[in-house]
Amino acid sequence: MTIGAVPSSVDHATGKSRIELKNVSRGFGEEWAREEVVQNLSFEIKPGDLTCIVGPSGCGKSTIVNLVAGYDAPESGEILLNGQKITGPGKDRMVVFQETALMPWQTTFDNVAFGPKLRGDGARADIDREAHRLLEKVGLGDFKRKFPSQLSGGMQRRAELARALINKPLLLIMDEPFRGLDAMSRPLMQEFFLRLFEENRRTNLFVTSEIEEAIFLADRLVILSNRPAQVRAIIEIPLPRPREFHMMNSPEVFEIKREALAILHDEAMKSFGGSVGAGARQMDVMEARP
Amino acid sequence: MSAVTIDQPQTPPSKTFRRRSKFERAISSLGFWRGLAGILVFLVLWEAAAYLKATLDFTIPFFGKLPAPTLVAAAAAEVVVQPGYWWSWVESFKRVLGGFIIAMILGIPFGLALAVNKYFRDVFFPPFEILRPIPPLAWVPASLIFWPTNEMSIIFVTFLGAFFTIVINVLGGARTIDVRYLRAAQSMGANQWHLFSRIILPGTLPSIFTGAAVGMGITWNVVLAAEMVSGGGSQAGGGLGFFIWSSYMGGSMEHIIVGMISIGIAGYLSSALIRWLGERTMPWQRAF
Repeated sequence: MTIGAVPSSVDHATGKSRIELKNVSRGFGEEWAREEVVQNLSFEIKPGDLTCIVGPSGCGKSTIVNLVAGYDAPESGEILLNGQKITGPGKDRMVVFQETALMPWQTTFDNVAFGPKLRGDGARADIDREAHRLLEKVGLGDFKRKFPSQLSGGMQRRAELARALINKPLLLIMDEPFRGLDAMSRPLMQEFFLRLFEENRRTNLFVTSEIEEAIFLADRLVILSNRPAQVRAIIEIPLPRPREFHMMNSPEVFEIKREALAILHDEAMKSFGGSVGAGARQMDVMEARP
Repeated sequence: MSAVTIDQPQTPPSKTFRRRSKFERAISSLGFWRGLAGILVFLVLWEAAAYLKATLDFTIPFFGKLPAPTLVAAAAAEVVVQPGYWWSWVESFKRVLGGFIIAMILGIPFGLALAVNKYFRDVFFPPFEILRPIPPLAWVPASLIFWPTNEMSIIFVTFLGAFFTIVINVLGGARTIDVRYLRAAQSMGANQWHLFSRIILPGTLPSIFTGAAVGMGITWNVVLAAEMVSGGGSQAGGGLGFFIWSSYMGGSMEHIIVGMISIGIAGYLSSALIRWLGERTMPWQRAF
């Protein structure tokens, strides 16, 4: 795979970039067992925006992440980053993975410094200094020499953020990054992440299945249909920044939530309704088993 | 602004905070004493069984046929001063380590190649899978024929014992590396060599050591059996397996047991060595 090209005119420090998905389709399986996961999907992420993708579970959100990150290629259609077609993974798009994907055999510090050192981006001393700065920034100054397994869930998420940010991506892709965190650390991480985002507004594609989280964080919601994924609705979130938790109690948030949930419920019912028969048959088979 | 005074310690030295050594911690744990008690109870029962046989002519099944542990200890005291006994250790260790190290040198790259290259896997995995179920000892007669010396055939059979286990473990370990590590590295600009050296190799290390530990156990099994079969020959003598076999031929039950216990200790030392190497090589595995 080729590394996606980076236009030199773009300012990496601010990471403001435009992403366009144009009629993107991707399916899996042979013709006789064909499963369309994404079909004619088109939407746009504006520079400096935090766009949340929300959809019923199994609707193809992870496939979209893989396509934008360049781990997978669309069968038709194209994805553009600042007007340039994405052809493979590249350091201009960093992914923060579900759960955590820090490399367990490296210390937190080495994980963060991994990318630039791999590419030889600048002097080692400069990379080290930047890694130290970012680790301090995400509050892991005292945990640099620890291995990921020695960090709590929230710390691992923050280390992941630092590992992505040190590469100065144009787009940060977050694939349900706070999934698996307990009820105490999740809001803390959301708030922490918001402060980080609001500092320089690096274009962000945030995938989540939690509608409250999406409204709290996003500038826009892209609500996807049931599989194959298509845009079902786009909702602008008019809340001012910096965002605060109390804003979530306003009537307009309530209205947005009601609207979004209605659409999601509608889509979820479709998938449920379609598979009730199959599910029941599956149960029969299992019960009939000796 | 005050100058830093070097000669004044920040905290007063205190005995209570001294970190205890591993040995001290081991003997102060209840588990250690329970384990010791278990061994002692076992020895006492064994001794009692031998005593019953000698005095009342009452034979407790299995135990009663054995010489008493005190007799075994006496035989061991005699044996350990003879250089021949220690040469048996050296011979066996040479064969075990020889076969084992060759198995590691060939097995790790072979397993990794199977894991990362589809074409290589397609070609070499089927013959590998046909050879793998053959027990190493089944190779003994053939290898005695096609290797020029007995010593070489023993090492070859020992090698086979470890090789298949190591390859299977390396292959399994490398194939189950989380794809997200590879993807994250790809996003950060890793090329094929980086992916191999920075992700696949360290990611496979735990499986390499698992394979090494299991392989080491098999190696001891194989080397002893091979020594019993061929060790009495003129070319390759000695070894702990031959020690047991010749004790059996000489009818000395005490020496058989001394040989068996020696093998237990030798096997324990070998796996302790692998554990120690594993802990040194993979600091993240014990970090909690």
